[in-house]
Amino acid sequence: MGIQTPNGFNLDNSGKRIVVDPVTRIEGHMRVEVNVDADNVIRNAVSTGTMWRGIEVILKNRDPRDAWAFTERICGVCTGTHALTSVRAVENALGITIPENANSIRNLMQLALQVHDHVVHFYHLHALDWVDVVSALSADPRATSTLAQSISSWPLSSPGYFKDLQTRLKKFVESGQLGPFKNGYWGSKAYKLPPEANLMAVAHYLEALDFQKEIVKIHTIFGGKNPHPNWLVGGVPCPINVDGTGAVGAINMERLNLISSIIDRIIEFNEMVYLPDVAAIGSFYKDWLYGGGISGQSVLAYGDVPEHANDYSAKNLKLPRGAIINGNLSEVLPVDHANPDEIQEFVVHSWYKYPDETKGLHPWDGVTEPNYVLGPNAKGTKTAIEQLDEGGKYSWIKAPRWNGHAMEVGPLARWVVGYAQNKAEFKDPVDKFLKDLNLPMSALFSTLGRTAARALESVWAGRQMRYFQDKLIANIKAGDSSTANVDKWKPESWPKEAKGFGFTEAPRGALAHWIKIKETKIDNYQCVVPTTWNGSPRDPKGNIGAFEASLMNTPMVNPEQPLEILRTIHSFDPCLACSTHVMSPDGQELAKVKVR
Amino acid sequence: MPTFSQDNRILVLGIGNILWADEGFGVRAVEEFHRRYAVPGNVTILDGGTQGLYLVNYLEEADRMIVFDAIDYGLEPGQLKLVRDDEVPRFTGAKKMSLHQTGFQEVISAADLLGRCPKHLVLIGCQPLDLEDWGGPLTPPVREQISPAIDLACEILAEWDVTVSRRSAPLAQSERLLANDINHANYEMRPA
Repeated sequence: MGIQTPNGFNLDNSGKRIVVDPVTRIEGHMRVEVNVDADNVIRNAVSTGTMWRGIEVILKNRDPRDAWAFTERICGVCTGTHALTSVRAVENALGITIPENANSIRNLMQLALQVHDHVVHFYHLHALDWVDVVSALSADPRATSTLAQSISSWPLSSPGYFKDLQTRLKKFVESGQLGPFKNGYWGSKAYKLPPEANLMAVAHYLEALDFQKEIVKIHTIFGGKNPHPNWLVGGVPCPINVDGTGAVGAINMERLNLISSIIDRIIEFNEMVYLPDVAAIGSFYKDWLYGGGISGQSVLAYGDVPEHANDYSAKNLKLPRGAIINGNLSEVLPVDHANPDEIQEFVVHSWYKYPDETKGLHPWDGVTEPNYVLGPNAKGTKTAIEQLDEGGKYSWIKAPRWNGHAMEVGPLARWVVGYAQNKAEFKDPVDKFLKDLNLPMSALFSTLGRTAARALESVWAGRQMRYFQDKLIANIKAGDSSTANVDKWKPESWPKEAKGFGFTEAPRGALAHWIKIKETKIDNYQCVVPTTWNGSPRDPKGNIGAFEASLMNTPMVNPEQPLEILRTIHSFDPCLACSTHVMSPDGQELAKVKVR
Repeated sequence: MPTFSQDNRILVLGIGNILWADEGFGVRAVEEFHRRYAVPGNVTILDGGTQGLYLVNYLEEADRMIVFDAIDYGLEPGQLKLVRDDEVPRFTGAKKMSLHQTGFQEVISAADLLGRCPKHLVLIGCQPLDLEDWGGPLTPPVREQISPAIDLACEILAEWDVTVSRRSAPLAQSERLLANDINHANYEMRPA
């Protein structure tokens, strides 16, 4: 029974409906509705971003050189990535090149953001889907120490350390102020770690909280300030003056040395704490390999981290670029952001209006005209939706497609593309991770695989930071201190009309901005963000997106405690802040789950 | 760097999203505070945007904190409310009405969990009128509260033995908290 989607899923919405609204511990606001069968297995999934974006409205007629400062404000997490994507779009439109040092510095900032986001995501937004904090209170500190020392030589692992930590945690929990640990389904049978592994993970949760602030210092140094660093069309805004002492903003040897020491600590934390933790947690969840969704068939990566400045072709990008469809890993297809037929956004199930909704629009021609109507089978009212009708419009997120295919983006997509391209730096760590856990390749296409790919990528990114830091210093020592190209800074030097695009790999996936410039002002500006890809609703052909697909066929221990849904949705590191905008100010108070 | 007594490092923070009408109140208030007043070296002024956990280290390095924010207390639009200490996390979490709200409550508890939360917290909140106008300006009742909110902050700072002084010369564009066309005046010249 049910409806077969073109991308291979059998949707059956006849069973009990479960509503999770909002999904907590994400940036922004989203809602998930699923139908479960008599055995509590998910047979239909509906994901909606209950918000609305429209950056083009704000940017129209602004100076393109300032667009980064606006896009930086879209989201509380991807600030730097949006800014980088924006300056690249303007440079692409106007044919502006950047110096080699600017490329290295941008890579360092982007990689620092990757590591920061991955660490914070894993420990502070996602770990609690695997780790039972309350169970940690009953752990034996001595056994925890033995466990920790068996997986890593990280020094903070004595019985006394874990004992103190446990006491602190107990005090915190007893104070009744669970804080970041509220909204947990503590004690659920869906948690599989022994108390000692839980205690170790909580210890690292706190260590990561303390450590993450070191990483962002890199942004403060190169970007001049944090949390909103400066960016510049044509390069980077920080001058280099190696012999300088303390000149405001300039990069000198002292600052470069500080960055080097932070990179050392990043590499150490990734390799001695983060990756071992993911492997250890994974070892207890080897029989929970749900959540793969479309990752085994359709993935998309734009690529990023250019080796040399100004070359954005696949061969020059250290993070892989390409598309895989129909699960054919032997063929990685090229991606062209300028081809009007490749990347298109559809709105047949989104709360927008197109002249012809059977067709998609390329972002250069994108329009964002709201049209908030519920489908005929929706329950409730427009201001208090009880149940969505996925047969009609049901999300503020548009549905981007690549050559008509729903695609997954993000760390797993990037690593699958790198693996398919047979690049050792991606293939070997994946093979080793799977082998250590005695898991087959197919296990990669799962919630756990997505979480592991993020950890592997953090390790990779730390090493790449070392590479670009060394490259930057060598280039400066060779006498090149240039960080910006101002040849085309003045609008008088621009053509009357221009259009361009910029892309990056944001921590959570492929991100691109498309810009049209007319008479030196912005005429149109469209962002297609990672969560638009992953969180997209159905398209005119009925293909479901990555979030929806990932929930399919997952058994739930207890539908009243939708831990499995949160675990899988969180594994994408969703960020609704930029894909969408607040719909109803008085809507939702705290997480609620409704079973119908 | 001069050093200060261990218990009087002060953070004046504004949070919110400037792209969403009255959601920008906190950032606009701290921007104007900074434009208007020079502060002694033990006071840090910060535009926190919607940064969530990224802000933890700023809290850790402060003994006292004043935060400006748009908060829904169910009051008349534009009404200010001052909340102190233990009440602050409770208030920011009472009603989730904006994206960074849960985020900021988590920032406070994260700092708390690390054992380094500011000892004194003051929230200067303003009841928003409109949070749905994407790209829109602050609404008049909220904009009118920026000055009174800043005055409140000055009173609190005086309580904490901090004297702020009005800037004698206007602050250079490059010295301001927000630049690149997103400063308050330029941002609100929204093209039709």
